[in-house]
Amino acid sequence: MKLTAAQKALALAFTLGLMAGCSSTGDTMGEEDGMTTSGGETSGQESGSTVYGGEDGSGISSSEMTEEQRREAEERAMEAQEQAMREITTFYFDFDTAEIKPEARDVLVAHARFLQANPGQDVRIEGHADERGTKEYNLALGERRANAVQRFLVVNGAARGQTETVSYGEEKPAVMGSSESAWSQNRRVELVFE
Amino acid sequence: MRQGKHTVGHQFPLLITVILSLLAAPVSSDELLIRITKGADSAIPISVVPFTESGQMPAGEKISTIVRNDLQMSGEFDPLAPEEMLSLPSKGSEVYFRDWRLLGQRYVLVGQVSSSGDTLQARYELYDVSQEKRLAGATASAPKSAARSLAHHISDRVYKAITGVQGAFSTKLAYVTLERSGNKSVYRLQVSDVDGKRARVRLESDEPILSPAWSPDAKKLAYVSFETGKPAVYVHELASGQRQRVADFQGLNSAPAWSDDGRSLLMTLSKDGNAEIYRMNLANGDLKRLTNHWSIDTEPTYDHTGKGFFFTSDRSGGPQIYHKSSDNAEPRRITFGSRYNARPRPDATGDFVYYVHQRDRSFHIARTDLESGEETVLTRTESDESPSVSPNGRMLIYATKQGEDSVLTVIAADGGAAYSLPASSGDVREPAWSPIVR
Repeated sequence: MKLTAAQKALALAFTLGLMAGCSSTGDTMGEEDGMTTSGGETSGQESGSTVYGGEDGSGISSSEMTEEQRREAEERAMEAQEQAMREITTFYFDFDTAEIKPEARDVLVAHARFLQANPGQDVRIEGHADERGTKEYNLALGERRANAVQRFLVVNGAARGQTETVSYGEEKPAVMGSSESAWSQNRRVELVFE
Repeated sequence: MRQGKHTVGHQFPLLITVILSLLAAPVSSDELLIRITKGADSAIPISVVPFTESGQMPAGEKISTIVRNDLQMSGEFDPLAPEEMLSLPSKGSEVYFRDWRLLGQRYVLVGQVSSSGDTLQARYELYDVSQEKRLAGATASAPKSAARSLAHHISDRVYKAITGVQGAFSTKLAYVTLERSGNKSVYRLQVSDVDGKRARVRLESDEPILSPAWSPDAKKLAYVSFETGKPAVYVHELASGQRQRVADFQGLNSAPAWSDDGRSLLMTLSKDGNAEIYRMNLANGDLKRLTNHWSIDTEPTYDHTGKGFFFTSDRSGGPQIYHKSSDNAEPRRITFGSRYNARPRPDATGDFVYYVHQRDRSFHIARTDLESGEETVLTRTESDESPSVSPNGRMLIYATKQGEDSVLTVIAADGGAAYSLPASSGDVREPAWSPIVR
C-alpha cells in the first residue's frame, strides 16, 4: 500500500535526524506523534545536538551549524516529509459514511499546506462509492465524501477557489469485483492535481 | 429483421422452468437475449395457434410466435407448444372446443395474416374454451416494417380481454449498457421493445450515463450524463435526436423525474450546498426547492396523484423512503424494515411503492403496501438495483448481477414469474419502463 511507502519515507526522514528539535517550533507538525511512532527509529533525536547529514551518514557537529542553517534543515525536512505524505492522494471511507479517517488527517493537512503555499495550484476532489446500494444515492454519497475532504482542506489552509469537487458515485471503481476488499478500495476520495 | 431460432424446454413438476432463448444470428451488440427463468405456478394455459399466412411475409419471427412469446414473458400465461396441438385452426368455425379442453387449455387464439403491397393485415379471434365463447375478434394492420408492433398490439388486446388489464407489450424499455475493456468504458443509452428486440442506441459516451426517465408521452427521455466530465441533466427527444442540457449547476445534477404533464422535472441538485430536491419548469428553467435538510435528499419520483412525491433521504441515519403529499407538506417516512431502503418507484394506482431494500448483506427489491404499511421482499437475487414498474402495474424490471455482469430481470410485480434480459456482452443496467401511449 502507498501508506506504507510514505511511512517508510517518513521513517527515513527521522532516521536522518533532520527532524531534531521540530517539536519546539510549536506548529501543527508537533501533533504528528502518531506518525513518528510509526517510524519507530527516532533515536538520537532527544539530544538535539547531533545532526546527521547526507546519505552516507557522516556526522557533523551541531556547533558548526548556524541557527539559520538549522531552520533551513528543518524546513527541508518538513518539506521532505510532507512531500512523502503528499504521494498519498486516495482516502478511504466506511460504508455509507463520509467521515475522514484519523490516519488520513495528517496527509490531508500536508495537501492543504501545499495548496496554501502554491496558490496557483488547483485540485479536483473526486468522490466515489462502492457498488452496493442505489446509483443516485451513491452519487450523493460520493459528493458528501468529496465535500468532507474539501472542507478539511479549506479549514487547513487551502483556498476554496483552488478546489473543485465532482462525484462519480459507483461509476468508476478503482477495483473491479464484488468482494469486501474491492468495496473497501472503491469507497474513496481521490485528489487530482492539475 | 432477424430470423429467430427457438428452443423451448419444459421442466416439471415442481417449478415450471422455461428457458427460452431467442438467439438471433448474428447477434448485434445491442440486442438483448431473453431468458425466462421461472414461470408463475398459476400461469393460465393458452394456445396461440400459428396464424395462416398469405402473400409475401416480412423476414423475421412470425406474428403468432411473437404473440406467444409475449404472453409467456408476462409470466401470467403458459402457452402450449404448437407441436402439441391436435389441430391448427385459423378461424372460429374451425375450433373444436373438445380438443382444446382435452389439452387442458383455457383460451385459444386463432388468426390469419395477409400482406398486400407494403401492408400487413392480421385478423384474429380469441375463444374461451370452457364457455365456448368468443371473447375478442378484430382486424389490425400495419406497415410490413412494423410487424413486431402489430404482434405486440395483438398481445395487448388478448391480455386485456382475459385479465381486464391493459397490456404493456407495446411499451418500450430504456436502459444503459456498459462495456469495459482495459481502461476504456463505453456507455450506451438504448431503447428497445419490452422483449429486448429492436434495440437502438440513442447516446454513446465514454463517461457514465445514468437514470433514464420517460416523459409521460414516451417521446422524450431525461437522463444524467457525465459527458462534460461532471453530471448534468439532459432532455432528449427520441424522434429527432435533439437534446438539451437542462441542468448543469455546480455539484450534483441528477435523478430526473417527469411531472404528469411533461412540463417539469423533479431533480436532485446540490448547488446550494448539499443534495436537495428541486422542481424545474422546463419552459423557462425556473427552480423551486422542495426539500431543505442537511442530509442527502435524492431519487425523487411523483406519486400517482401527480402532486406529491417519494424520495430517498438519510435524515434518520441511513437512507429511507419518504413521501411528501404536496410541496409544503412535512415529509412522512414510509420504510422502517431495514437500515437501507432507497430509490422509490410507485405503481400507477398508488397501492404500492417499490424500492431497493438491504437485508443482511444483500440488496433486494421490496415493496410496501401504502395502505397497510406491510413490506414484502420480492426478489431472491442479491445485488438488485433500479426497480421500474410496468405502466399496468403487473410487472417489474430491475437490474441485478449474474456473475460479474449486470443483467435486467423482469418479475411479476407480486414477486412471481421472472425472465432476465442480459446484454450479449458487458453490463446492462438502469432500466426504465415506458408509459403506455394511447
